[in-house]
Amino acid sequence: MAQSMTGAKMVVQALKDQGVDTVFGYPGGAVLPIYDEIFQQNDIRHFLVRHEQGAVHAAEGYARSTGKPGVVLVTSGPGATNAVTGLTDALMDSIPIVVLTGQVPTFMIGSDAFQEADTVGITRPCTKHNWLVKETDKLSSTLHEAFHVATSGRPGPVLIDIPKDVQFASGEYSSPRALKSHYQPKVKGDIDAITSLVELIETAKKPIFYTGGGVINSGPAASQLLRELVGATGFPITSTLMGLGSYPASGENWVGMLGMHGLYEANLAMHDCDLMINIGARFDDRITGRLDAFSPGSAKAHIDIDPSSINKVIHVDIPIIGDVGHVLEDLLKVWKSRGRKTDASAIKDWWSQINEWKKIRCLDYTPSQKTIKPQHALERLEALTKDHDRYITTEVGQHQMWAAQYLGFEDPNRWMTSGGLGTMGYGFPASVGVQVAHPDALVINVAGEASWLMNMQELGTAVQYRLPVKQFILNNERLGMVRQWQELLHGERYSHSWSEALPDFVKLAEAFGCKGIMVSDPADLDDAIMEMINYDGPVLFDCLVEKHENCFPMIPSGKAHNEMLLGEAETQGVIDAGGSVLV
Amino acid sequence: MSALKIKRGTSSKSAYNLRPNFDRTHERHTLAVLVANEPGVLARVIGLFSGRGYNIESLTVAEVDHEGHTSRITVVTSGTPQIIEQIKAQLGRIVSVYDVHDLTVEGPSVERELALFKVEGDGEKRVEALRLADVFRANVVDSTLDTFTFEVVGSSEKIDAFADLMRPLGLSEMVRTGVAALARG
Repeated sequence: MAQSMTGAKMVVQALKDQGVDTVFGYPGGAVLPIYDEIFQQNDIRHFLVRHEQGAVHAAEGYARSTGKPGVVLVTSGPGATNAVTGLTDALMDSIPIVVLTGQVPTFMIGSDAFQEADTVGITRPCTKHNWLVKETDKLSSTLHEAFHVATSGRPGPVLIDIPKDVQFASGEYSSPRALKSHYQPKVKGDIDAITSLVELIETAKKPIFYTGGGVINSGPAASQLLRELVGATGFPITSTLMGLGSYPASGENWVGMLGMHGLYEANLAMHDCDLMINIGARFDDRITGRLDAFSPGSAKAHIDIDPSSINKVIHVDIPIIGDVGHVLEDLLKVWKSRGRKTDASAIKDWWSQINEWKKIRCLDYTPSQKTIKPQHALERLEALTKDHDRYITTEVGQHQMWAAQYLGFEDPNRWMTSGGLGTMGYGFPASVGVQVAHPDALVINVAGEASWLMNMQELGTAVQYRLPVKQFILNNERLGMVRQWQELLHGERYSHSWSEALPDFVKLAEAFGCKGIMVSDPADLDDAIMEMINYDGPVLFDCLVEKHENCFPMIPSGKAHNEMLLGEAETQGVIDAGGSVLV
Repeated sequence: MSALKIKRGTSSKSAYNLRPNFDRTHERHTLAVLVANEPGVLARVIGLFSGRGYNIESLTVAEVDHEGHTSRITVVTSGTPQIIEQIKAQLGRIVSVYDVHDLTVEGPSVERELALFKVEGDGEKRVEALRLADVFRANVVDSTLDTFTFEVVGSSEKIDAFADLMRPLGLSEMVRTGVAALARG
């Protein structure tokens, strides 16, 4: 039964029908009718951010920690352009979000009206799909299609641009059930390809699972199936930054994160393996290192829902296009029906090799009694929070890599970080979104002081909604990762990589009406962390750490997995001219 | 690789029409892309090519099914086999793209292009232009006392050849539609 209503009302109705209960946004002239409808209802909670970029990152945090799409509502022009970084971030990391933007009325489009921007033009390359809705009758079906596209196949951000006259005009509302979409990505993998992979699993002598964010995007069932498969085969498993938590860090087959700052044993296992089973990862350049030396002796299988990920950078022998959950279910079925075979004695030898590599203890660092080492701060944070119902977000840089190395993730959807785009300023608003979704959980943003300052305005949001997010700032007064690269690549000329004129973070916190804690003595660290955890409200935790600590292990640009640097002694002149042009 | 004795580049039972060949030679492919006829769809396709650094040698687009709101884009592109596969996969994941066909590998196809040539001249050159036009089965679609406008339909190579011949005879302007192509049969 079609119902007539205004476009603005349709937006709210469609959100309700899509099961949305939370919206992050910022009002403005071109979305006032929608804000008026939001005012007149109680089903959807709106969280007022302090900057539109923060709204998108908050929605990403919400989406990543719940598996549901995040929703953003912003105005035309600057509202939309401020959302672009968040959209690009969500596109790179395959996070489902739906962004609604206001637009000048249809009859003013193209006239350079006040706060007009070509929003669909600007966001076309940074969304999975976008729409400009020019007729109110098409608005509700477009909204439903938007949710369908954002969450189906490889998830991603979508945007709907809604001119103000379309919001005021009345039209027919259609329910989500009436949606007929052309967009129906394939989720089942080809069974012959799956069988080929099973054949390799049965005979592999040095296999490894290499998993990524696709496992988490596929849903909790995929993580369960992965755990079953890893447990039953006994194969080692490593994961990308985006995939942490799909297999528990305490699991016995876990060899740690791989990649540029991944663990020595994980990278060497990738290099030396004879069967690489890529599950929902995409051979990103942070993972592969030098392409022509990437795991030279292995057969490679790749499970991915996006056909364009197959053979994009690394040639694979067995491509399986499908949803991770569906494919793993079929894979387990086929493998079990063929007698659950593996080459157990070879796998045992493989594990003894991996255990040899582990003896290097690549995460060891030189402890200090005088200054807080960032690694130590994270080890203490891990020890004191791991038993909590805990969610971690991060900013981007050294602290992010240390967090990935020193914190353990037992479950999916507990770790929110900007992987593909590397967006400084992601973590704080993301932590706000996570806390909104999980009001009683302990939500910690592991940050560097420089990244954190990029979206510090969201302190207002955290205080307004009493979101007890903990901002764990490893303050080295440096842009640490930039500084590290300048040390390795640019003759220790530290061009603009220090944080001058930093605020007093404790006073800053107090100015916003929340709590600030500063700690600089290793002896005080545990008490300070406990004080942070126990405080009922947002905390700005300013942890003054060793200023010139470098993040190791590291695969330098242009090098292969087996050319890792383990510590300071090995860093001189390691990156050649070819490597220095890489990022 | 050798340890597991499977041949690089093949997965014998794979159902996917992938050509996982990391050959460095450049190939020219004609792709037929069926898309929803909606605003911005051409920008999506072109933006994909420019954003990812692929080549467009020619591109034509028009609605082919008014009822079904479907347009057909014929794009001629070039690249290594791996790049061609990427282009097809990337096109395929655009939400408003319904189907992608690689006419170059999916069996024989016919390709045609239409071009208009304005040739200025008098005397023997004018007569020669007309004679060659006849050889190429070009139609005269407009004439003045000192110009002919020819219409040529054929393969891109035929149009290139006709342009080469007209240049010394007073070719002043030309326009071509780009390739339209259909699979045979």
